[in-house]
Amino acid sequence: MQNVDFTLCEGEIHALMGENGAGKSTLIKVLTGVYGKDEGEIFLKGMEKAAVIHSPQDAQKLGISTVYQEITLCPNLSVAENMYIGRENKIYQNWKKINADADRMLKTLDIPAQAKQQLSTCSIAVQQMVAIARAVDMDCKVLILDEPTSSLDEHEVEKLFTLMRDLKKRGVGIIFVTHFLDQVYEVCDKITVLRDGKLVGEYEIKDLPRVKLVAKMLGKDFDDVADIKDEGACYKGEDADKVVLSAENLCSNQGIKPFDFYIKKGEVNGFTGLLGSGRSECVRAIFGADRVTSGTVSMNGKKVKISKPIHAMKNGIAYLPEDRKIDGIIGELSVRDNIILALQVLKGAFRPFSKAEANKFADEYVKLLEIKTASNDTPIKSLSGGNQQKVILARWLLANPEYLILDEPTRGIDVGTKVEIQKLVLKLASEGKSITFISSETDEMIRTCSRLVVMRDRKVVGELSGEDLTQNKIMSTIAGGGEE
Amino acid sequence: MSKIFKNQLFIPIAALLLLVLFNLIVDPAFFALSKGVYDGDSILTGNLISIIDNGSELAILAIGMTLVTAASGGQDISVGATMTLAGSVIVKVLRGSETSPVTLHQSIIVAFLVGCLVAILCGAFNGALVAFFKIQPMVATLILFTAGRSIASWVNNNQNIIIKDEKFKYFGYYLPKIPIPTPFIIAIICIIIMALLLKFTTLGLYTQAVGINENSSRLNGINPTLMKFVSFIILGVCVAVAGLIKASRQEGTISYGGFAKYIEMDAILAVALGGNPLGGGKFNMAASIIGAYVIQFLTITLYARGVNPEALPAYKAVVVIILVVISAPTVRDKISSLTKKLRVPKKEVC
Amino acid sequence: MSDVSKASQSGGFKNKLKNISDTNILLVITIAIFVIMYVIAITVFKGGFLKPQTFFNMLNSDAALIIVSCGMSIVMITGGIDISVGGVVALVSMSCAVNLDYQGGNIFTSILIAIGIGLAFGIVQGFIVAYLDIQPFIVTLAGMFFARGMTTIVHSQQFNVANEAFMKMKDTHIKVFGIGSYNKNGTFVPAYVLIGTIVAIIIVILLFCMLKWTKLGRSFYAVGGNNQSALMLGINVKRTKFIAHVLCGLMAGIGGYVYFMFVASGSPSHASEMEMNAIASSIIGGTMLTGGVGNIIGTLFGVLSLGTIKNIVGSAGFTDAWWTNITVGSMLCIFLILQSVIIARKRRM
Repeated sequence: MQNVDFTLCEGEIHALMGENGAGKSTLIKVLTGVYGKDEGEIFLKGMEKAAVIHSPQDAQKLGISTVYQEITLCPNLSVAENMYIGRENKIYQNWKKINADADRMLKTLDIPAQAKQQLSTCSIAVQQMVAIARAVDMDCKVLILDEPTSSLDEHEVEKLFTLMRDLKKRGVGIIFVTHFLDQVYEVCDKITVLRDGKLVGEYEIKDLPRVKLVAKMLGKDFDDVADIKDEGACYKGEDADKVVLSAENLCSNQGIKPFDFYIKKGEVNGFTGLLGSGRSECVRAIFGADRVTSGTVSMNGKKVKISKPIHAMKNGIAYLPEDRKIDGIIGELSVRDNIILALQVLKGAFRPFSKAEANKFADEYVKLLEIKTASNDTPIKSLSGGNQQKVILARWLLANPEYLILDEPTRGIDVGTKVEIQKLVLKLASEGKSITFISSETDEMIRTCSRLVVMRDRKVVGELSGEDLTQNKIMSTIAGGGEE
Repeated sequence: MSKIFKNQLFIPIAALLLLVLFNLIVDPAFFALSKGVYDGDSILTGNLISIIDNGSELAILAIGMTLVTAASGGQDISVGATMTLAGSVIVKVLRGSETSPVTLHQSIIVAFLVGCLVAILCGAFNGALVAFFKIQPMVATLILFTAGRSIASWVNNNQNIIIKDEKFKYFGYYLPKIPIPTPFIIAIICIIIMALLLKFTTLGLYTQAVGINENSSRLNGINPTLMKFVSFIILGVCVAVAGLIKASRQEGTISYGGFAKYIEMDAILAVALGGNPLGGGKFNMAASIIGAYVIQFLTITLYARGVNPEALPAYKAVVVIILVVISAPTVRDKISSLTKKLRVPKKEVC
Repeated sequence: MSDVSKASQSGGFKNKLKNISDTNILLVITIAIFVIMYVIAITVFKGGFLKPQTFFNMLNSDAALIIVSCGMSIVMITGGIDISVGGVVALVSMSCAVNLDYQGGNIFTSILIAIGIGLAFGIVQGFIVAYLDIQPFIVTLAGMFFARGMTTIVHSQQFNVANEAFMKMKDTHIKVFGIGSYNKNGTFVPAYVLIGTIVAIIIVILLFCMLKWTKLGRSFYAVGGNNQSALMLGINVKRTKFIAHVLCGLMAGIGGYVYFMFVASGSPSHASEMEMNAIASSIIGGTMLTGGVGNIIGTLFGVLSLGTIKNIVGSAGFTDAWWTNITVGSMLCIFLILQSVIIARKRRM
């Protein structure tokens, strides 16, 4: 993060926007003392000198409180305990008084919970609000909300907003980080946009319509269209009309609305939308990674049953998951084992590859994808992010699927590798593989995909192809509504 | 050099070498092999032989325990109890209703298969609780740990039985004309079978994958629930084999409270000594097996030094704590940062 | 006004169930099962169970287990386990016996020894678990081995204590005011409890208050519920874990002495499998091994439930020793599955 200025006034809700890796979390972590800063100073109201913040405790003492995306409370304790534990160093605590205090606090903030209630019996939204109540009770001047709404439903979000507006009236300054555009326009007063660790600008909400915001976040100016078009060369094959996979009314238990989908042979298409719009959930449903609740999937015109990943794999579908660490790599295993895993599973438990065969495969793909590893025996977790991603890619290429789903294959890897992966995607398509490509970076998608499914708020809201595949069009479709 | 230290086999082999060295210095006669006579045949005797002989059950259990640890990230503490149960069932089938049968009621194969079935059922019970009900392995196996020995004594009505059958004694002592104790041969067979299983199936790969990253394994088409269940079943088979050997050693006389006492703890120790993470994941079967024999080596060494067998656990505990502490990540980090600090000023001098 | 109060006003059972904490729901089940078992015992085997003394005898003989289980529960609430307690109890009773009979010790020195041994185990194990971050299972397993081994090193044979003052203390019967039964001659025989029982009850009350109301007590729950969150809330996680182990060690020391007062002998085979009985009591009492959920009162009832089951099995004519453990095992099985199902269903509601 470089040279970012950020100003928060008393009693305002200030949105901090930017795509992944834009530096939002870094900024927050510097503000709260989790990370140290190399340069610059932090000033607080009423203080002559710059504030010294070395740890989260320092920040708390100065009245800066943070509520994180994942709830950092103890679900097995009561609401009141969660609000007051760890704050005082007394052996005996007057729980009667604490419970009363907590109840009063909950009442003034209009949080629908009781002090004595166990936290885990509250909904996620209420838990989130309890975390806020803790912050407020600690007399905070600045409240940082880091993506608090990502796991809430509409009703719960509304409750949270009421609370936020209420706090605003009390003069608390709120920094609000979210990926949902609608929410920004609903509660915020100002927006600061970050991109690639740099400040793009600070805007009054009324000065920045949605489309412009999206453009600022993605780093493409709204008018700046022409130069992208010629990059959008996509594969057009001979039997390109054959539908490889189609899904109807597919829905999983992850909160997405039912959707239809198809992909043709040799086609590269993509799901686009901001983070949390449900694009990953859609492809996970196709692969059987989440519990599918309704809908049908057909492969080459034949209906198939996919309730587990193994079914999808047997039908020639491969899935490179969004979160490499949690769903992709098997950390302690060697590069070789990680590469052969999927093919091995397809081949069956009783026909293992010999070490020589496995090494041959590994060598082949290490060379093909230029994976930088000390040896085939190196544990994958000691590789760099980009190389880990290539190993996972190698795993699925080795399995030789008909249809390849790549969910954020370019996330968190260096620019050179990103281009390599995009080239590889186009090459594979030209060999007749169907590929779904998901990326947070729109220009990548335009460069590689011939058709885009656009999503907003866990719903498919449009489909773009051919002439419509432009930054402007994509942005306006993503932004939806207020584009007038 | 650093490669040697990093190898998983380093810790158990180093421990083994230390023990050998200790004995060489204190009493070289420890390693003497002599000829003895058993049932008219000449056999080998000596401390080394008793190590490989008495370490057999432990080595066999360590095989299964390694798999369970790797797949489920927990340990089965019921193996001693289920081993007693398997032994008890085998004896029951062999004796029919007599307390000291002159002839066997059933062939030993049938008895073993029945014992095997019971042990597998116990394994399936534990496995089901762990894999399907998602109960922690240690807690789930606590049930059979509590009840297993009692069921074993119930099977034989708590009677003391003596089976004076030549063939039955083969398993715990010596086969005719073979100078090496049978338990060791059985252990070797088990090790070979396991090695073949690991070579000709994907058991090793899948188990480790499930232990390291369940999510990722599932997305690659592996069934984590099944793998955990299978590991418990395999441990069940190991328990039955160990039970047969132990029952044969005792000639059918099973003391229900003391049979294979604390062997579950030793088996877990073997896995830990082999440098396998007790939280699951990667495993090295050879390291566990060597670990098992290291424990037996330590036991026999302490015996040879005249330590009261009852006091043995205290010494073992000290060894375990030292091993665990020096191999702990936090301690290692501290040591390495300390050595770095020591090294830096040296460089400046240069 | 608020959703929650509306829901509880409408009085749906589901909502009520939902608002009870995990700890309390498991506690209620435990107590209910204990009461049901005892009522069944009274109706089926009339005589014995109606006598108050039967109940108090259960307390008297299980006093040590109650104390040890309380310590175990605390460690389990923080998400750990301590399997050295049985060994520590054996070591304590052997050391005290040797001190009293061979070293001319008195009651005071023997109590000091008991507490010292317990604390020593707690501190060493707690340090290794909390500050060196090593799995509690393996550490306390070594602790168990060490304690068992040391017991035989202290003295290898079983022997009975003859110290007069100690025997007098051991045989002190404290009459329970107003409760008792009539013997065959129709004279009133008041029920009595032993000193150990009093100690156990005091400890249960103290620990119950500590867990419920002090900062330390709530920190145990916080650490067991979610390590990372507890850290974020400003709790010293390492120190909390350390203290839990020290407390468990102390309880094992005190429990060891109470056990010693009951058996008045030292033996390497004393308190065998007591650690497993303590774990089983805690689980039946509603403490979850995953941490964060548990209650000392539940643990007390867990021990009593185990005692009642043993009594019932005995009274029902299943005099063979194995029936006890088989029933304890099945009870454990039922409770574990029940816990896993209830918690899973509650999460889904």
